[in-house]
Amino acid sequence: MAFNSIKENRFKHPRIGKYLRQDILPTTFCPGCGCGTVLNCFVKAVEELELAPEKLVFVTGIGCSAWIPSPYFKGDTLHTTHGRSLAFATGVKVMRPDLKVIVIAGDGDIAGIGGNHLIHAARRNIDISVFMVNNRNYGMTGGQVSPTTPFGVFTATTPYRNTEQPLQAGEVVAAAGANYVSRWTTYHVFPLVKAVKEALGVKGFSFVEIISQCPVSYGKMIKMRKASDFLKLYRDKSVRMAQAKNMTEEELKGKIIVGKLQERDRAEFVTGLRRINEELQSELSD
Amino acid sequence: MQVVRINVPGISNINLKKIKESKVDFRKTHLKEIENSTHFLLGDEAAAYGALYAGCNFFAGYPITPASEIAEVLARELPRVNGYFVQMEDEIASISAIIGAAWAGGKAMTATSGPGFSLMQENIGYAIMTETPCVIINVQRSGPSTGQATKPAQGDVLQARWGTHGDHEIIAISPSSVQETFFLTIEAFNLSEKYRTPVILLMDGEIAHLRENIIFPSLEEVSVLERRIGEAGSFAFGGEMVPPMSMFGQGRFLHVTGSTHEPNGMRDVSSQSVHQELVTRLYDKIKNARGEISRVEEDYVSGSRIGVLSYGAAARPAKGAVLKARAQGKAVDFLRLISIWPFPVEAVKNFIGRVDKIFVPEMNLGQISREVERFSAKPVIPVSKIGGMIHTVDEILEQINGI
Repeated sequence: MAFNSIKENRFKHPRIGKYLRQDILPTTFCPGCGCGTVLNCFVKAVEELELAPEKLVFVTGIGCSAWIPSPYFKGDTLHTTHGRSLAFATGVKVMRPDLKVIVIAGDGDIAGIGGNHLIHAARRNIDISVFMVNNRNYGMTGGQVSPTTPFGVFTATTPYRNTEQPLQAGEVVAAAGANYVSRWTTYHVFPLVKAVKEALGVKGFSFVEIISQCPVSYGKMIKMRKASDFLKLYRDKSVRMAQAKNMTEEELKGKIIVGKLQERDRAEFVTGLRRINEELQSELSD
Repeated sequence: MQVVRINVPGISNINLKKIKESKVDFRKTHLKEIENSTHFLLGDEAAAYGALYAGCNFFAGYPITPASEIAEVLARELPRVNGYFVQMEDEIASISAIIGAAWAGGKAMTATSGPGFSLMQENIGYAIMTETPCVIINVQRSGPSTGQATKPAQGDVLQARWGTHGDHEIIAISPSSVQETFFLTIEAFNLSEKYRTPVILLMDGEIAHLRENIIFPSLEEVSVLERRIGEAGSFAFGGEMVPPMSMFGQGRFLHVTGSTHEPNGMRDVSSQSVHQELVTRLYDKIKNARGEISRVEEDYVSGSRIGVLSYGAAARPAKGAVLKARAQGKAVDFLRLISIWPFPVEAVKNFIGRVDKIFVPEMNLGQISREVERFSAKPVIPVSKIGGMIHTVDEILEQINGI
């Protein structure tokens, strides 16, 4: 009944509706999933920037977060194999730098199986915007440990506790050479919209890590089943960059550092490639 | 080998305004400089120039012996035809990038050898499922694993056919000379556009590192199949056996996925009929075109009792053995497979019908001979040689003569 009434009314938001494939809504995300919040914040940012949907290319891999743009966002969509979104996106961007190439991916997808592509895309500083939804586990497959799962946590594949340290993806991408990196959580919706807008405006590689709740797959493992409990935790555990700079490692234990991790203006990859072609053509024209 | 000038001008000389207003076709201008000329090239270099003639404007790759020269030539030449070369972080990334480039309107290629070809298998399946035209050159070397990294082999023939998971058909063609490598690379691009599918150019290290005379034909002599672009209203993934291909930026809001999908590209992974319809069409569009795709070289004599069937580098000593046997008074038929997959069944059956037994020289432990056996009630005798050395004429002749 509820489903049908949603179906009938579709998604009739006057402004952001044009960025969504309305006939497919509602989404298939689990109750309480953070992907809905990310979807909302992203579309809000795109709408505020007044980007033309026909100029957007969404490239995704495998996992729940890949489903945020594919199929819900209106734009060209390349839903690729697990972890490889950035490598596919590289081919798209080199051929069509006039298009805005956007990757939305999960932590397991882009920092796990696709970790190498992430480092090298950041190193090239190719003009692609990446939004990594970090739910700290492999949610789609049922709550297995991921590269970002905190130390000591019980998951489907760490039944005796996780003995690995989590990857700080934002810091890695910043070190690898990205022009822009920031990190927020699904609690921080307004700063997140701002960060999405900043990232989309950057010329070069931009990366926003979004800590997001997975109350179903991850929640059942850590015995936290309510989305609101995750959001309260994000509120209480988050520390702003400026504040974190004055805190000791001990004080930062278990905290989520949010804010801007990197902002600079290194040369962008495709611009450099195209410049070579122009130089060679200039020689031929002479 | 240096066909063209490679000096890069200083940035100060650039007149960007002039370039933007220029109507010069840089691809044509550059190729005009090299057409109708004779060179002494490696098979790898010939493949690179074939790609340029075919209109390739994007190459992504990762260095690997014995395929690196393809990348080196294209790194130098592609920018001169306003194309792009990207050295990726691995072979998985390389094939990913060419598929992305194809959807952005590019004619894209990658080149690798066995270890890289193994890494590419998942995304070859993705290209099949998403009907993405692209060319993958596999310069076969001696495996398994690192094997004899610098030595040639023909050990990936069945991997080319069945390397990626799931039901599928594949097109693979295999050159036996440097000049043929040039033409078959163009052919690979044309086939990939015609059937909207990845095409594998199955080279081997022997041909890749063989240096021979090659003539670059005039541009007019070479027929290049341009992409049929889908317009509004056409299905991107159905509606006809080989649908026209749309590209990103057309405002069509394409949805490209390796998951089972409807003709409009939208995912449907639960319906049996949608999957059956899609995968059967992808299978049939190549299987049913086998006659058009099949290419063989037939050299038959009357009254033959013995047949020799080979392909790629091994076909060279094989043909030598056939000619020598004939000189000794034996009537021997010779069939060279140029297209390997889909298997040229009609030509092979016709060949089998002519002779009493068939010898199959190949640089593996019997991959194509096994395929020939499927169609033959007559004895099929593999003439295998591995270890990085190609057969000698006499080694094959000894087999024919039953020594």
